[in-house]
Amino acid sequence: MSPWRRLRESRFWPMLWKEFIQMRRDRLTLGMMTVLPAVQLLLFGYAIQTDVRHLPTVVLDESRSVESRRLTQTLENTDVFTVVGEVPTAEALRSAIESGRANAALVIPPDYETRIARGVPARAQLVVDAADPQSSAAALSGAQLAAQARGVEITSERLGGVPIEPPIDLAVRPWYNPAQRSAVFIVPGVIGVLLTITMTLITSTAVVRERERGTLEQLIVTPIDKPSLMLGKLVPFMLVGYVQMAVVMGLGSLIFDIPIVGSLWLLTLLTAAFIFASLGVGLLISTVARTQAQAMQLSFFFMLPNILLSGYIFPRAAMPEPAQWIGLLLPLTFFLRILRGILLKGIGMAHLWQDSLVLVAFAVVLLAISVRRFTKTIE
Amino acid sequence: MSEPAPAGSDREADRAMHGATHGAPNGVAVETRGLRKEFGALVAVQGLDLTIRRGEVFGMLGPNGSGKTTTIRMLCGLMQPTAGTARVVGHEVTTEAEAIRRKIGYMSQRYGLYDDLTVEENARFYATVYGLHGRERTARLDAHLSELGFDSRRRQIAGTLSGGWKQRLALACATAHRPEMLFLDEPTAGVDPAARRRFWETIYELAGRGTTILVTTHYMDEAERCQRLAFLSRGHLIGIGTPAEITRQFNEPTIEDVFITLQRKDEAPV
Repeated sequence: MSPWRRLRESRFWPMLWKEFIQMRRDRLTLGMMTVLPAVQLLLFGYAIQTDVRHLPTVVLDESRSVESRRLTQTLENTDVFTVVGEVPTAEALRSAIESGRANAALVIPPDYETRIARGVPARAQLVVDAADPQSSAAALSGAQLAAQARGVEITSERLGGVPIEPPIDLAVRPWYNPAQRSAVFIVPGVIGVLLTITMTLITSTAVVRERERGTLEQLIVTPIDKPSLMLGKLVPFMLVGYVQMAVVMGLGSLIFDIPIVGSLWLLTLLTAAFIFASLGVGLLISTVARTQAQAMQLSFFFMLPNILLSGYIFPRAAMPEPAQWIGLLLPLTFFLRILRGILLKGIGMAHLWQDSLVLVAFAVVLLAISVRRFTKTIE
Repeated sequence: MSEPAPAGSDREADRAMHGATHGAPNGVAVETRGLRKEFGALVAVQGLDLTIRRGEVFGMLGPNGSGKTTTIRMLCGLMQPTAGTARVVGHEVTTEAEAIRRKIGYMSQRYGLYDDLTVEENARFYATVYGLHGRERTARLDAHLSELGFDSRRRQIAGTLSGGWKQRLALACATAHRPEMLFLDEPTAGVDPAARRRFWETIYELAGRGTTILVTTHYMDEAERCQRLAFLSRGHLIGIGTPAEITRQFNEPTIEDVFITLQRKDEAPV
């Protein structure tokens, strides 16, 4: 048989044809394909704001002076704090924080202004509800910023209005994300997380469904070869993955103004490795799960470490070492570096070859294991 | 064609009637020797010796867990035997499963239909997987589907068919490639009597064209429609022959009585 005819009559085509018909009729999968990317994007793009702003703050001003009001004003200028009211006593301050009306409280003692006038260090206090460490960290830096700014002003006034240049200017230049928006960091990650969810979930449930309904058994007694069976089943899902990626990137640059700096061709190519790795995980789940519900549960169970440990939201550098090691077992960890590297930094294979190699290794190993297990379970 | 073939016909006559139609080298469709399957400590099939002739409608009877389905699954290449040999349509199951798959059809009680595909799409899918293409496929499917009465239902979604029609479609999907041998694993479970009768008529038409048929069933009236029967209990053969031979041999009025007696005897504590 000629190679052309062999290709034309390959049993891969009827499998592919069947999968596409089924996908077209399956409203849920179609919905997942198009709506899920958009929902995820908006959800994560808007909701995940790691930069803390506008902490509700109360003021216990016992100084009641020009200086105390200027300190309050400087504090508010940082944007970290928003003054929501004054409290008359220390008890009222406590109750404001306990009730949650305020997350921070500025306490200015009676001698605040007189100490400034005398030229001795004036003291004030900022109480923070540090139950949420992210707020307290933001409050800490905000307070320091405010104190420093006001301090420089006072010194300048004392010297007769001469502007003061600080002796050291350590300028921070935020590359790749100059406005330091969370969305720029999060949105490329949404692509990776989304692909992980859909690839593992669709694959595992689709294969388990065929086993549950007895169609897999029926297929095995036909002369279909294993590669055609698997490829015909998986290739459509791969296309779903690319559609989702396109939706997220399109909406991401439209709504969140996400820069796309690097080569889309390279990204498309490397995404294939990640998709194959995720399909492998899905297939692996399908060999363990007996029912579609189990497949779904296992897929979500796999999602959790991916969201938490891959560096999607929380920087991996901030994690304890064991958590970092677990993160290294997840393909997403490496794919996120590739996504952010290409989309935000515009870097190429010169810097990405290691991550790419790991990803390809993941894909090969996961697919090999899952295909072997899959073949075993259908016997 | 709805009546079973005359019972008790001798083996030579049988072979002359059905064996030659497929140009069989030796007139044997299935031959097993010491076929055995273990699942861990459980022995599902133990030392099965079975010969099924070409063109025969061969019935396999036995209670649940007697090893009927396991035997069929081994013969179709769905499972590897633990020990023993089996030849199906001239090929060894352990080494030539691919060749066997091209020549057989298989229908289980779960039907193996895609509920979200139409009648036509299901048939077309399986026909293509079995290697039919182009005009030949179109012509074959047109004739086949209309023969089975699907003319007005070709575009119906398979999931919305009634049990009897689903069973018919499953049969259509398993036979469009004109298999030499058809394996039917409890094909009529949960189908109404009228549909069952129609189904058996089709089975006899297929057998008349020389297709060998191996069918498992729980229904005694279906068992009596088979040309020969094998009784399985706890994984081994406890009786084989034509329905008439069997009732005579065991001196019972009906197949059902034989079945119950044999089963009771086999399961009795030793």
